[in-house]
Amino acid sequence: MSNWLILPVLIPLIAGIVALFFPKHVTAQRVWAFITSMILIGVNIFLLTYILSNGIMTLELGGWEAPFGIVFVGDSLATLLTTTTALVALPIIYFSFSTIGVEREKYYYYSFFQFLIAGVSGAFLTGDIFNLFVCFEVLLLASYALIGHGGTKTQLKESFNYVIVNVVSSAFFVIGVAYLYAVTGTLNMAQLSERVSEAGSEPIITVIAILFLIVFGLKGALFPLYFWLPGSYSVPPTAIGAIFAALLTKVGIYSIFRTYSVIFNEETAVTHTILLVLSAVTMIIGVIGAIAYRDVKLILVYNVIVAVGFILFGVASLNSDAFVGAIYYLLHDIVIKAALFLIIGALITAAGTSKLSGMGGMIKHHPLLTWMFFISALALAGIPPLGGFPGKLMLVVGGAEAGHYIVVAVMMVASLLVLYSVIRIFLQGFLGEPMLTHAEQHGSIKAQMPPIVFLVALSAFMGFGAEIMYPFVESAAETLINPRAYVEAVLGGNS
Amino acid sequence: MKYNDIILQTVTKFISFLIFLFAVYIFFNGHQEPGGGFIGGLMTSAALVLLLLAFDMETVRRALPIDYKIMTAIGLVFAVGTGVGSFFFSAPFLSQTFGYFHFPVLGELELTTTLAFDLGVYLVVIGTAMTIIQTIGEDN
Amino acid sequence: MEIIMSILAGFLFTVGLYLILTKNLIRIIIGSSVLSHGAHLLLLTMAGLKTGAPPLLGLEADTYVDPLPQALILTAIVISFGVTSFILVLGYRTYKVTGAAETDQLRGTDTDE
Repeated sequence: MSNWLILPVLIPLIAGIVALFFPKHVTAQRVWAFITSMILIGVNIFLLTYILSNGIMTLELGGWEAPFGIVFVGDSLATLLTTTTALVALPIIYFSFSTIGVEREKYYYYSFFQFLIAGVSGAFLTGDIFNLFVCFEVLLLASYALIGHGGTKTQLKESFNYVIVNVVSSAFFVIGVAYLYAVTGTLNMAQLSERVSEAGSEPIITVIAILFLIVFGLKGALFPLYFWLPGSYSVPPTAIGAIFAALLTKVGIYSIFRTYSVIFNEETAVTHTILLVLSAVTMIIGVIGAIAYRDVKLILVYNVIVAVGFILFGVASLNSDAFVGAIYYLLHDIVIKAALFLIIGALITAAGTSKLSGMGGMIKHHPLLTWMFFISALALAGIPPLGGFPGKLMLVVGGAEAGHYIVVAVMMVASLLVLYSVIRIFLQGFLGEPMLTHAEQHGSIKAQMPPIVFLVALSAFMGFGAEIMYPFVESAAETLINPRAYVEAVLGGNS
Repeated sequence: MKYNDIILQTVTKFISFLIFLFAVYIFFNGHQEPGGGFIGGLMTSAALVLLLLAFDMETVRRALPIDYKIMTAIGLVFAVGTGVGSFFFSAPFLSQTFGYFHFPVLGELELTTTLAFDLGVYLVVIGTAMTIIQTIGEDN
Repeated sequence: MEIIMSILAGFLFTVGLYLILTKNLIRIIIGSSVLSHGAHLLLLTMAGLKTGAPPLLGLEADTYVDPLPQALILTAIVISFGVTSFILVLGYRTYKVTGAAETDQLRGTDTDE
């Protein structure tokens, strides 16, 4: 039974490998990618319900016992995230059919996409910090390939920066692992949790914690390490931008969640204060970018950065309400960012430009797209009862409990400005004077609507179905607040 | 570009086979001693690169009509396949096992399931290394 | 021995960072590779450079080597091999498509051109 835990990694991996054998048969590629992602969703939902009723599930790879071998740990946080990943991957794959272009599809696009999903799922599930590094590299290699995929001029320019930034951060990851191993003599997260609490308040632990914050902050686009993000997320085709915005930064954030709650939970005065300040600054910087730009893609990209600030504020507050809020917001953000990117992709296809000044009156020809955008914009800003609201509410409650009133205020203002930044797209791009007559539309977007509707519906479900979601999220937050259960599940009685 | 590299070409013809044989030795040696699929694969690609240097790309492609991308895929199938096998024996993923078998000429040998995994690694390494070198070398 | 190795790792870092901060693409690629090797060396050194018998294969020796760091850096080296070869291709493609061999020729977006 415990072998099932590897399936969220294994299914996309096998799907990607099999797709390598018939690159030129585009229809077969599409059907195969679609079917395998359906299966992936099914398996993930099964795992999620199984874990919620039977407790944390572990898998010792190769039969090597927990502190010595590599473990995969399926707690509710990890499986919630893999499930959301699978749910987002399917519509984006569908969206790719009509937007990505046959040339790219023939050049192993779906294989790289599947490897990316495998890496992301692996990073969520692993219980070993070096294995986390390996999963990061798997997803990064896939993302390097995707970001430069097609090889247009701007893509190549930006991907070179992206790759170098990530190579440097990977080197820092290895250094962090080296220090951690030198100090504690283990790399298993559960055992690290024990050893670090035995080591107590040694300053070297704080140094290592900061080192990991730098590494994950780079991947997760935390201030001041976000500089690479706007360029590299806005140049690739929208489908790739969507999967990046939905998942890649989230993996970095998830790693901060894990390490800062399970491992570095002793000396919180320094590390969590730094995290608090950085999250507040990240919100401000992101919102400034989102308001300043007139390019729809860049507005959204800066909104990705704002969300990073919101979620990490929950981690910095360090209480159960804040964790519930952060996890809820994280899950919803994966869905809504994918939805918004796909909508913007369709908008750019229809308008033929990504400049806000070049569009207008889309509502006349594309009413469904317009209302989908309106709903997602409100959900992003956290207007009740839509999907962004429960998460944001709990974040505010948790932040106030922890006494971080200033940051809560910053967060409120940032939320309003986020709303302003996306409603501006709505007012100018969708309402306003039509720039193009129907005949001048640059392409049909009919084939792009189903995935958008699916994602917006999913986001709405997270708002209206908050009652159904809540027990899952609460149990996920429980493992973060109380890592004891995690440690016991991994190490069993022999710790 | 045509130039006469008779010494390099003649030496390469048999040196590359020596390198290849040594690579295979290193590959099988890898179970208990230093060696293994990665190093063996790199050495084999070194032999292939030597061939590419001595002759031109077309000649080598005619002599060894291998699609290296497919080779990478087959390697991945081997590597992941050994893991998937554990599903059928209800053992943890990536479990390995070994046994001693008697062969007609070679005598008793130890065979392990890790060998299949390593073979996968070997093929993947050759496949990726050669794909990259061909991509860069294509327009020369 | 550990001290010398730490200094060497630091030296590799210096060299790697210097190369990454230059403008030439190929130097940046080599720099990134040197930087990762510095990190690998540090990983091996941090775990302690001991001499002893290989573990798991027998019980005769008095001291055994910790096999984990070696497994870790082997993995890390393989990954860095993959990444470096990818960046080489990427750098080459960038040079072919944009004709830029230095980073300052890569600035700006298409709209500026």
